Amino acid sequence: MNKLNKTSNKKNRNTNLKAALSLATSALLGTSVVSASAVQAKEANEWQFDSAFLVYSEVDRVSATEAIIAGTKTFDNDEVLSLKLTVDALTGASANGAIAQPNAQTFTRPSGNGQYVTPAGETPLDDTFHDTRVQFNGQWTQPLAENITGSVGGHFSKEYDYLSLGVNGNLAYDFNRKNSTISMGLSYFQDTFTPEGGIPKPFSSMLVGDSGASDWDTEFAKTRIGDSEDKSTADILVGFTQVINRRMITAFNYSYSMVDGYLTDPFKVVSVLNNEGIAQDYIYENRPDSRVKQSTFMQAKYHFDDSLLNTVADVSYRYMWDDWGINSHTIDTRFTIPVGAASYIEPHIRFYQQGAADFYQPYVVDEQAPISFVSADYRIGEMTAVTVGAKYGVVLNGGNELSFRIEYYRQMPTNAGFVDPQGISSLDLYPVVEAVIAQVSYSF
Amino acid sequence: MKANKPEFKTSTFKLVLLTAVTVSLSACSSLGVEPWERDLLAKKEMALTSSPVDAALDDHIYFSKEASSGGKSFGGGGCGCN
Repeated sequence: MNKLNKTSNKKNRNTNLKAALSLATSALLGTSVVSASAVQAKEANEWQFDSAFLVYSEVDRVSATEAIIAGTKTFDNDEVLSLKLTVDALTGASANGAIAQPNAQTFTRPSGNGQYVTPAGETPLDDTFHDTRVQFNGQWTQPLAENITGSVGGHFSKEYDYLSLGVNGNLAYDFNRKNSTISMGLSYFQDTFTPEGGIPKPFSSMLVGDSGASDWDTEFAKTRIGDSEDKSTADILVGFTQVINRRMITAFNYSYSMVDGYLTDPFKVVSVLNNEGIAQDYIYENRPDSRVKQSTFMQAKYHFDDSLLNTVADVSYRYMWDDWGINSHTIDTRFTIPVGAASYIEPHIRFYQQGAADFYQPYVVDEQAPISFVSADYRIGEMTAVTVGAKYGVVLNGGNELSFRIEYYRQMPTNAGFVDPQGISSLDLYPVVEAVIAQVSYSF
Repeated sequence: MKANKPEFKTSTFKLVLLTAVTVSLSACSSLGVEPWERDLLAKKEMALTSSPVDAALDDHIYFSKEASSGGKSFGGGGCGCN
């Protein structure tokens, strides 16, 4: 009896939470609300919510926490409305692009206010990163004709120094008894970056010295070219999905992405070394103002039978290449293994390998011929990364699902063939980055 | 005669492409299931993106830490991630 009461209390709480969220969503949308109870009664059964809280924590570097709540409502004519709110906060240290040195190094913060010192032998990290981001996504999907589905969506995200607005549209056509689907989508993003301290002048030297000096602000301003910069991203995605048989489905995508505008990272510098490998200067990086990326993606899902515990295997491969000279391979594998009647465990392995951009250099040597573009950001250098993890999910009374996910992510940057000067041969120029990802999700 | 050559190549290419598309589409028509055989495919874990929230979180992490994005869905912009 007690147990029954508990269950029904819990159900009530869930229903109330769901009803409250449904009401809040209606209010935000400006949907006419006839009466609270009517909405409660009608919508409580129709909105489906997915929520998650994630912590991403790198060893000695960045930590991020991210919360998501996503609501989906299906209307009478198979119209689907999806809304998603994401909030995240970032703190910690991020590599500034300069390399480790046999001696301590002093850098000026991107804002120009103050300096930080990196001890000898350590990779320079700028520890001033902290940002909060709020993101809102909305998507409307509906049948347009027999076998044709259309979808439109919008995106808004705002950080202290970054604004991003986006729209997208999709069309999908089902044929062969809905076993085959061809789809095409377009998306367009417009981003504005307003970093504190302004946009640095490419190739200019980082000003290091007494930031309290009377001419500091004037001198610092000479290394700046403006307050903000824009970037636009246009994507085309063509997809084909095919049901193979009762146990297997496959998908193939091709995407073409054009990014134009400010693609440089205003917080990144490049070490300028003498012949012995000792840093003489730090210059602000400069990337091309356009990038064309293409990728092919293929995925297969297979539902095994009893002999393999009804496991669902999800295997995908992506090949990406761009006109910066980067190409990458990504293999992602998940196995959803049922445990008992109401829970499952899902091991996950992801392998990633990328080549360096043509203009990537870990550092610049003093006597080097002039160059048009340069970046020492390891994220566009040669790298292998591996993610290993698992998720455990349990379906609670009433069909709500609670799940936990824990993963280990390891980035292993590698030397793309640069021959280092003698003085730095014993230093680690390609440090490994390790992170733990922990997540709790609840669907109701 | 020389001037005709590229044209011949283009039309051959088109023919090959058309044949390839037709063959693959007709091959697809023999694949698939009847509506009453969708019991397993209808399960949530058989959806191509079985957990959209996990996918969104992962996309954000890898977009910030690697040079590639998108492929499965739009790569997009949306953050000045560092």
